[in-house]
Amino acid sequence: MNRKKKLSGKALILFRAAVIAVLFVLLALVVELKLLNRMMLSLVIPVGVNVILAVSLNITVGFLGELSLGHAGFMALGAYTSALFTLNVKGLPPFFTFLLALLIGGVVAAFFGLVIGIPVLRLHGDYLAIVTLAFGEIIRGVINVLPVTGQAMGLSRIPQYSTYVWVFFIAVITVLISMNLLKSRHGRAICAIRDNYIAAEAMGIPVTRFKIMAFAIAAFFAGVAGALYAHNVTFIKPTDFDYNKSIDILVYVVLGGMGSIKGSVIAAVVLTLLPNFLRSADNLRMLLYAAALIVIMIFNAGGYKARFLEKRRAKKAERMEEKEV
Amino acid sequence: MALLEVKNLGISFGGLRAVDGVNLEIKEGQLYGLIGPNGAGKTTIFNLLTGVYRPTDGTILLDGVPLVGRKPEQICQAGVARTFQNIRLFKKMTVLDNVKLALHNQVRYSLVKSLLHLFGYKKAEEDMNARAMEILKVFELDGQADYLASNLPYGKQRKLEIARALATNPKLLLLDEPAAGMNPNETEELMKTIRFVRDHYKITILLIEHDMKLVSGICEELFVLNFGTELAHGEPSAVLNNPEVVKAYLGN
Repeated sequence: MNRKKKLSGKALILFRAAVIAVLFVLLALVVELKLLNRMMLSLVIPVGVNVILAVSLNITVGFLGELSLGHAGFMALGAYTSALFTLNVKGLPPFFTFLLALLIGGVVAAFFGLVIGIPVLRLHGDYLAIVTLAFGEIIRGVINVLPVTGQAMGLSRIPQYSTYVWVFFIAVITVLISMNLLKSRHGRAICAIRDNYIAAEAMGIPVTRFKIMAFAIAAFFAGVAGALYAHNVTFIKPTDFDYNKSIDILVYVVLGGMGSIKGSVIAAVVLTLLPNFLRSADNLRMLLYAAALIVIMIFNAGGYKARFLEKRRAKKAERMEEKEV
Repeated sequence: MALLEVKNLGISFGGLRAVDGVNLEIKEGQLYGLIGPNGAGKTTIFNLLTGVYRPTDGTILLDGVPLVGRKPEQICQAGVARTFQNIRLFKKMTVLDNVKLALHNQVRYSLVKSLLHLFGYKKAEEDMNARAMEILKVFELDGQADYLASNLPYGKQRKLEIARALATNPKLLLLDEPAAGMNPNETEELMKTIRFVRDHYKITILLIEHDMKLVSGICEELFVLNFGTELAHGEPSAVLNNPEVVKAYLGN
């Protein structure tokens, strides 16, 4: 028997609102009262940016089931277009400048997601993965030669508009929208393509259109994340967005469990903080990081997690029954 | 006029002529069977009818509208739905979501509503839920609506595939070996369900099946295929006693 009570309608909205409010208050307290050391506080925005990147890549990798190795390319598009916007547009209040910059970053990334998606998404699996990798590198390569982007020197003196408030709420919006997408007509079509595209086609789903849609939505949020990133570090260069960054994001998604939004969020938070915790280990840092990845992966894939969750569920059910007796 | 008119249908894979000069005439509201020994080209015909393969020659008309050259999703929207020989459910989705997916083109709302869950999203979803549950009830799957499709027992997975195909609101339903792997009791039950579906939803059914009891029990007309060509067609009792058909199945 499934005894888990499902919240719905207003109760669900209230519950979510409460969770968001509590999280925000906690974050605000930590940041405003400087409850952590400076290094940890400087990680608040990167953590948020990585959460957005992971959750958005999860739409492509987890929902649609296609490996994309070029997510950092869309992030770069968002970072550069938004930075160019704020550097060149003067006279607007900072709030609106930044809001517009974020939107422009997202829309430009989504547009390129669409343009790249149309030829690329006719492919499947490993072919698609390789081509997305190539496109990510092409975007970076083009940025590297365009005079307007400062070429290899990058763009500097970008106003530092990103705050923990912006990042927090945009991350929340990203999570909510991808949860909404999952429980909708469009989200179901995307997941159906992942599970069995031949059957999806036979049930009247235009497969290519929905693949491109998922790809473009993911690119949009990657673009927004790029904009947040650019307005936090204030100095961006093409090498920030190379395939290593794409792989990092992919690692969050895979370790969090493909298709799990919660997992993507947790993995992004933990894996952004972990290397900094390990800083004291000095030379062994990357080794320990890699070892941690392997341990988590074995835990996830080796059935330990499934068994662990099963045990917990059984215990819960037992307790419920005891209560009833 | 016939609902489906197939004329001189043929397809070659390299040097192999899988289907050659097949004619089918399917009238509305009837239950047809497509039988033949293994490798006769039955499933290939289904794949041709649903746009998975493009025929090398011949025409397919549904209600007078040509289907050749259309994509599978367009053919589905035109009113041909199918099930698969090797079950193809959306395994990581719930039973309910499998059917709701098939309602994709019946209940429509925009992407903005999908992303924000506002402006009538709820009403459309409730409408979808109600329709999906109604279909699930017919197949006695409503109790397992929240199960993952992969957790259903085999017989129910077959039923869910039929339910899902029905949800696309087809004029013509193609069932590819619906009774494969079922025991006699399950087959008996399935026969009742198929008949009920035909009468209740007023649709036309063409099914591939090896179980002769099922075929002779519910089909009103049979097409027999051998080596990609039509061997016989007509009433089940006549066709199944046709010496040519017996020879194709059993040899000399």
